[in-house]
Amino acid sequence: MPALVTPPPVPPKTVYYFGTCLIDLFYPAAGLAGMELLKRQGLRVVFPQSQSCCGQPAYNSGHKDEAREVARAQLDAFPEDWPIVVPSGSCAGMMRVHYPDLFLGDRDHARAIAFAGRVYELSWFLVHVLGLEAKLVDRGEKVKVTWHGSCHSMREMGVVDEPKRLLRGLANVTLVENPREKECCGFGGTFAVRQPEISAAMVADKIAAIGETGATRVVSGDCGCLMNIGGALDKAGKPTQAQHLAEFLLERCHGQ
Amino acid sequence: MGNDFSSRAHDALNNPQLRRNFRRAMDGLMSKRAVQFADRDDWAALRARGAAIKARALARLPDLLEEFEQKARANGIIVHWAETTADANSIVLGILTDHGAKRVIKGKSMVSEEMHLNAHLEAHGITAVESDLGEYIIQLAGEAPSHIVMPCIHKNKGEIARLFTDNIAGQPYTEDVDALTAAARKVLRREFAQADAGLSGVNFLVAETGSLVLIENEGNGRLSTTLPPLHIAVTGIEKLVEKLDDVAPLLALLPRSATGQPITTYVNMITSPRKAGEKDGPRQVHLVLLDNGRSRVYADLQLRDTLRCIRCGACMNHCPVYARVGGHTYGSVYPGPIGKILTPQLAGLDCAGDLPHASTLCNACVEVCPVQIPIADILVRLRTEAAQPSQAPGVKGAGSNASMVENAVWKGWQAMNASPAVYAAATRSLAVIGNLIPAAAPLLRQWTSVRSKPKFAGKTLHQLARDKGYDNE
Repeated sequence: MPALVTPPPVPPKTVYYFGTCLIDLFYPAAGLAGMELLKRQGLRVVFPQSQSCCGQPAYNSGHKDEAREVARAQLDAFPEDWPIVVPSGSCAGMMRVHYPDLFLGDRDHARAIAFAGRVYELSWFLVHVLGLEAKLVDRGEKVKVTWHGSCHSMREMGVVDEPKRLLRGLANVTLVENPREKECCGFGGTFAVRQPEISAAMVADKIAAIGETGATRVVSGDCGCLMNIGGALDKAGKPTQAQHLAEFLLERCHGQ
Repeated sequence: MGNDFSSRAHDALNNPQLRRNFRRAMDGLMSKRAVQFADRDDWAALRARGAAIKARALARLPDLLEEFEQKARANGIIVHWAETTADANSIVLGILTDHGAKRVIKGKSMVSEEMHLNAHLEAHGITAVESDLGEYIIQLAGEAPSHIVMPCIHKNKGEIARLFTDNIAGQPYTEDVDALTAAARKVLRREFAQADAGLSGVNFLVAETGSLVLIENEGNGRLSTTLPPLHIAVTGIEKLVEKLDDVAPLLALLPRSATGQPITTYVNMITSPRKAGEKDGPRQVHLVLLDNGRSRVYADLQLRDTLRCIRCGACMNHCPVYARVGGHTYGSVYPGPIGKILTPQLAGLDCAGDLPHASTLCNACVEVCPVQIPIADILVRLRTEAAQPSQAPGVKGAGSNASMVENAVWKGWQAMNASPAVYAAATRSLAVIGNLIPAAAPLLRQWTSVRSKPKFAGKTLHQLARDKGYDNE
């Protein structure tokens, strides 16, 4: 059951940004784009330098103790009562949905519950808190894109239509929906390594379905999916580019 | 069971016919179900009700089992308890032997698959004939079910046509579905008439009335349970519901989730054998209640949710892994997501510890489960029990996947990610030198076989945020 997410009770002036470890190492431009979008809406964006990983890789691998210690470091890194905006539905889902259980019976349980309640997926925050959908000014050329919804974004964070609302808010962007948009791309963290053949079959089907849309770009809100889908598109020599929603929005509206 | 999932998956993935059969079948089932639950609010309310009914029954399971037994006995049904599948097999064999039964006609029953009942009876000179069309087909083929609701979903028309021509005397080759169904029907009518006993499964046991509820589409379930003089039902102890009123909401969920039908063609409620003055029905009805590890599952409050399952198969219909590898790859009676959580608990993590990892945790199964089983959470729990067992009593074979190498890897990962200073040093170095790691390096090799190597960015987001003047606190 997806988390029931509601906007912060008071419109925030300051937000925290949790960049995620994958973005930190491989897609920092996408991470920075999300911060720029927030900043351009007049928010003070705080990026704690002591943040690292949400803990999901160890948690999903059955190593809860290690996951909890890394999660605890995030509780320490985001002490103020500000919203924590995350450019990944998967990491956001880990923190919002799983932290309370992860800390059950731990001295930091209360802190984990409070932290979890402050976590927002970026596109959801842009739509429901900042109303960005109505404020978008598209300065880009005409382009045809398709959307890939990440599993945890949809099924843990309840983010289904928000990214597509943002894409539809761009005048020169045509959104072509992929009938298999909601099917897992086969990344699954360690799954891609533990079951490489099934993962490969899944991403092959995914890029075929993306190809059928005729889009020149596939946009998503999760860099795990993008690494998988984009990597497969590139390896197969397909022209379609994979891009994070934040980077796409910033490029369209602010030419960056 | 289950421990060479990967090698079977390899074979399945390289069988294009099998992949087409599953993909097409699962696409059809998903769209039929979607039509049934088009109203999201209705669906949410109904599944919450279904989950509550099963959770309420499980909360009082020991009491309800006693209540059911008393009611069923009072109605004239003979109730047997089996701790293991071996116990259940010898109970069934004993009943059949007592009646001198040599031919058994079977309605569909996954618990009888769990018992490997047909083979047991065969070894003792008793012939069991499957009467569900799908089960009949795979019995002819000498195969196990690949799906809990549609056992021969892995076969297409052409394969079934060949099977019938080879196995049914005088049957010409035809791919006409009506003609194939008629051929099976002709064979099975004779079997129904000749059978000494009928054997069936059960969908729900009603404690309040001592009734057995059995749903089906072909009328074979009704024939199996009413025509022969003896009816034996086998089922798991988790099938209990408290009241008769609990059945209707579950019936509103099960067929719609399973096959996209508003209701099955037949809904059988069996409450007693033939009574004095009645003209039909079996003279004796036996019910064998199987535990086979379910009590152990029950003892763990989180894992207990596994026992809510009403065996609709929606989880497998929507599973992107199942759709690609098919049911036989799981190497167990229950395939797909429910199998991934049930099999390791019944058989033990030592036997099926790889199954919980055969998932991307995409939650597609969780989204469609009509009784809200938190399948993904249970998968993670079982991964945890396999790697680092808790003191919980629920899981057989806990700790069987424990690996010193993996433990060391995750300890190293923790050391890096729990310390900001170590994290900063490690990520900054990786950003610069990470691209020197060859694509053929261990772990990366599997990734790069179908994808480009991920590129480290040179500067981390931490560095960029600082460069751009973003506040640290």
